[in-house]
Amino acid sequence: MPSFSHFFETFIDSYPVFFKGMLLTLQVTAVSILIAIFIGLFFAFLKISKIKVLEAIANVYIYIVRGTPLIVQIFIFYFGLSEYNISGFWSATLALAFHNGAYIAEIFRGTIQSIDKGQMEAGRSLGMTNALTMRRIILPQAFRRALPPLGNQFIIGLKDSSLAAFIGMYELFNVATTAGSNNFDSMTYLLIVAVYYLILVFLLTTIVSLMEKKLSASD
Amino acid sequence: MSEKREMIKIEKLNKSFGDLHVLKDIDMEVKENDVVVLIGASGSGKSTLLRCLNFLEIKNGGKIIVEGKEIDPKKDNLNKVREQIGMVFQHFNLFPHKTVLQNVMEAPLVVKRKNRSQAEKEGKELLEKVGLAEKADVYPSKLSGGQKQRVAIARALAMKPDIMLFDEPTSALDPELVGEVLSTMKQLAREGMTMVVVTHEMGFAREVGDWVFYMHDGRIVERGEPQELFNNPKEQRTKDFLSSIL
Repeated sequence: MPSFSHFFETFIDSYPVFFKGMLLTLQVTAVSILIAIFIGLFFAFLKISKIKVLEAIANVYIYIVRGTPLIVQIFIFYFGLSEYNISGFWSATLALAFHNGAYIAEIFRGTIQSIDKGQMEAGRSLGMTNALTMRRIILPQAFRRALPPLGNQFIIGLKDSSLAAFIGMYELFNVATTAGSNNFDSMTYLLIVAVYYLILVFLLTTIVSLMEKKLSASD
Repeated sequence: MSEKREMIKIEKLNKSFGDLHVLKDIDMEVKENDVVVLIGASGSGKSTLLRCLNFLEIKNGGKIIVEGKEIDPKKDNLNKVREQIGMVFQHFNLFPHKTVLQNVMEAPLVVKRKNRSQAEKEGKELLEKVGLAEKADVYPSKLSGGQKQRVAIARALAMKPDIMLFDEPTSALDPELVGEVLSTMKQLAREGMTMVVVTHEMGFAREVGDWVFYMHDGRIVERGEPQELFNNPKEQRTKDFLSSIL
């Protein structure tokens, strides 16, 4: 184990390169999660559509995502998309969105279905259409209920973005392993990168719990 | 005396859930300003009948004529029909993520596309009417059951319906909160609202009802003016029911 003073000095000295890696990690995570939310909503709607074909499509998608390792998915996206001149950044981001989308779809499906059916009836009885009631009444409540598990999924997404290192993305984890082997000091750099991840997860958790608080005004 | 307008007329209405035949050849009419009270044991089909009237349940057979127009659930725009028919539910079904005033304003804003200030003004008037003006900015979770139900009545009235349906509006309330809801409903009846009410409150049926329909096993077994039906029931099943509850 490195001494604390060595760890601290290295932490300070390596700050510029880790900061760059952190920005890339944040970009990959933020963009992939954002896309994953839309993918998740889309497939959640397919699953609750009560139309067999659409449900089957959603089930196959979720089955594939759950049934294969993320690292395999990332490589398939990377090699598959390289033909179309799509960058490593977008390969990794889309692979992560594809992956997280399946889990987010299940989160949204569960919370939408957990909203009391009286809410839909109340909306319909007032002359609101199915879609309007979904948008104005059901989804806001479902989204609020989804926040805690979504926050969890965001954290998983953030940590999983480290796998983008394996297709050459110079994000946090790659910065740590590269600097570690260049300096023959892997342990120090791995501990440093662990601290970076902990700080990011802490910030993400705080943001999600602030949102929860804001949305729970009606409780 | 001029003939009162026919608000709802149903002929040979049938409704099944799978093998369960819930409504059997129901005929019924509701005239303008009438308060029709549906009574009967649980499972007799009262609530299903009410829910067929605003197409929350879709009939399997028969005719439903609303304000002179036969409604075909497949062809007609049911949302338009529902705008004319307000509904109050046993479990209130208020929108928990919206304040009391927002609950009342929601449908006028998004369905009738009223402008916000107009919807707000009318919403506040309705809350005043049900005695909850001071609760306008409170969320439903902070209200008692009776207050929730009065908000639900105001929310339904906000669409200016011609007919109001009440599905056991006091059944989920603590006994001491029943009175405030019933008196709001009485006030509506006095103002001439056409109402169809499913209830176990026989006092209300007697006092406010113009007509009382007794339902048993998916049929309307007996119908009459409240005095007559409660004091001189003709059918044995009505007598049995009334003696079991009174």
